[in-house]
Amino acid sequence: MEKPVISIRHLVKKFPAGKGEFTALKGIDLEFNTGEFAGLIGPSGSGKTTLLNIIGSLDAPSTGEALVLGNSIGQLSAKEAARLRKHSLGFIFQSYNLLAVHTVYENVEFPLLLLDYSASERKKMVLEALEWVGLTNKIDSRPPKLSGGECQRVAIARAMVKKPSLVLADEPTANLDADNSHHILKTMETLNRELKTTFLFATHDEKVIGYLRRKIFLKDGRVDKDEWVK
Amino acid sequence: MKIAIKLAYRNLTGAGLRTWLNVLVLSFSFVVILFMKGVMSGWDLQAKTDMTQWEIAGGQYWHQLYDPFDPFTLSDSHAPIPPQLSDELAAGDMVPLLITQGSIYPQGRLQSVLIKGIPAKQSLLKLPTHRLDTVTDAYPAIIGAMMARNLKLEIGQYVTIRWRDVNGTFDAHDILITDIFSSNVPSAEAGQIYLPLETLQEMLSLSGQATILTFRDEKKERPAVEGFTLKTKETLTASIDEMLKTKEVGQGILYLILLLLAMLAIFDTQVLSIFKRQKEIGTYIALGYTRGQVVGLFTVEGALHSVLAALVGALYGTPLLWWVAKNGWAMPIDTSEFGVPIAQTLYPVFSLGLVVSTTLLVVLITTIVSYWPSRKIAKMNPTEALRGKIQ
Repeated sequence: MEKPVISIRHLVKKFPAGKGEFTALKGIDLEFNTGEFAGLIGPSGSGKTTLLNIIGSLDAPSTGEALVLGNSIGQLSAKEAARLRKHSLGFIFQSYNLLAVHTVYENVEFPLLLLDYSASERKKMVLEALEWVGLTNKIDSRPPKLSGGECQRVAIARAMVKKPSLVLADEPTANLDADNSHHILKTMETLNRELKTTFLFATHDEKVIGYLRRKIFLKDGRVDKDEWVK
Repeated sequence: MKIAIKLAYRNLTGAGLRTWLNVLVLSFSFVVILFMKGVMSGWDLQAKTDMTQWEIAGGQYWHQLYDPFDPFTLSDSHAPIPPQLSDELAAGDMVPLLITQGSIYPQGRLQSVLIKGIPAKQSLLKLPTHRLDTVTDAYPAIIGAMMARNLKLEIGQYVTIRWRDVNGTFDAHDILITDIFSSNVPSAEAGQIYLPLETLQEMLSLSGQATILTFRDEKKERPAVEGFTLKTKETLTASIDEMLKTKEVGQGILYLILLLLAMLAIFDTQVLSIFKRQKEIGTYIALGYTRGQVVGLFTVEGALHSVLAALVGALYGTPLLWWVAKNGWAMPIDTSEFGVPIAQTLYPVFSLGLVVSTTLLVVLITTIVSYWPSRKIAKMNPTEALRGKIQ
C-alpha cells in the first residue's frame, strides 16, 4: 500500500499569548495521499493556516507528529526543513509573495536556482511552467505591472516549476475576482491531474471549495468534518 | 555563494534609484578617500624629492659640533675638509658647505641670517649657485623666494651683511642679490643667504674648511671621517616622516568621517530593507532558503553596494584623479608660511597598492556593516515574516 504524503497524528499547536498560551490546533489526525486536491476549510482562527504552516515545515508542532513525505516536521533541523521545502514543496500565498524587483521569468526561475539546475535546463523548465499558466508573453514584466490574476498565475508557475510532490496554497483566490479565481483553480486542477501533484488548500472561499475533491472542515482547532466529493 | 551574488545583483539592479543613490554616496567616499591618500603619498614623495634635490642629496657628513637647532655651535662647527674625500670633491660628487651666523640690514632693519658658503660650480644640489659665479664689487649672493618675500628683497639689490670672523671680530660688507630661487624646502630657504664658498672661507679666515659635506651616492659604503658624523638620507628625511605621521592623524579623522558617512548609508538601507522586505524574507525561506542563507544574501547585497560603488567611482574617479595627478592640486594659501616642505602645487600619487588596499578596506567594512543588521533575520519567525507582521 502506498505511503501517505502527509500523516498527522494528535497534532497540537500552542502559541504564547500574554502570560498564558493559546492553543490553535487541538489534536488533529489526518492523512493525505498522492494526487489529492484537498482543502482545509474554516473561518479565520480555525487553525487552517497554522496547520498548513506546520505541513510546510515553516512551523513545528507543540506535541504530536506531522510526517510530510516521510519527514517528521518536529524533528527536522532548520537545514533539513529548508531542504524539504526546496526539493519537495511548493507554496502559493494569498498575496502572491512575488519578488517585486525580479521579472516574471526570474521569479519562476528562483526555486530552480536553489536546486542548481543548469541555465539551459532552467530556461526549458521556466518556459514550460509559464506555458501551463498561459504567461509566456509576460516573461520580462515585473509583478507591479501585472494584474492580480496574472500575479497569482506567476506564483502557481513558481510553485509548480520544480514539479514538487506537494503544493500548499493559503487562500490563493482571496485577492482575485470570480473570473480570475476560476481560471486559476482550473489551472491548478489541470496540473494536479496531469502531474499527480498533491494540492492542499487553506480557504474559506466558496469558489475554491467548489473545486475541492476532499473538504476538511476545521472548527476551533479541531477537525469538524472530513468529506470526500464523488 | 554564486546564487547569493546572482540574486543580490538582481535585487540591487531591480531596486533602481534607491540602490544608485547609495552607490553614488559610497563611490564619492571612495574617490575622496583615494584622493586624500594620494595627496599624502604625493606630499611625502614630493617633500622627500625636493629635500633631496635642494638640500641633502644622497646624505651628508656633519661637523661633529654642528647642531642646526643651536646657532651657538656654529662658530666652532668647522674643520678642514678631510683629504680622504678629495676624489669625490674633485669629481663633483661631494659639495662642502661652510655655515656661519650673521646679520643683514634690509631697509635699515637688522635680521639674523645663516650665511652658507657653497661652491659656485657645484651641480649636486638644485640651488642656482652658478649665479654666484660673477664679478661684482659686492659679494654675490642668492636667496630663497620665501626670504626675499619676507624681507622685500629683489634681484640686483644691495644689502649689508655683518659677521664675526674666526677670531670673533665683527666685519661687514655689501652683498648683491644675484638670484632668487623657489624650492618648496623651507629649511633651504628661510633666513639663509648663499655666498661662494671661497668668499665665505676668506670672510671667516677658514680657508679649506667646511661644516657640512653633502654627497651624491647614497648607496656607497661610507667610511668614518674624523671630526665629522655621517647622516644618512633616511636620518635626514626622518623629520618629514614624523611630520606626515602627524598629518595622518588629522587625515585619519576625515577618513573616518567619510567612511562613517558611507557606512551609515549602507546600514540605514539594510535596517530599512529588513523591515520593509519581511514578506520577501519569508518567501525566500518558504522557497527553501535557510535563515542563514538569507542573512548571507542580505550581507552580499550590502557588500555589492561597495563593489558597484568601486565601479561607478572608477568611472568618474579615474579621469578625475588622473587629471589631478597630472595637473596637481594648487594650495589655496601661501604654503611657505607652513614652515613644512609643501609645494604650492601638490601632485597626488595613486599607486596600484593604494587603490587596491583602499578598495578592499571599504568593501570589507561595508560587508561587516551589512552583516550587522542582517543578523536580525536569523531570529525572524518565517510564518510572521511571510505575513509581514514583524514590528
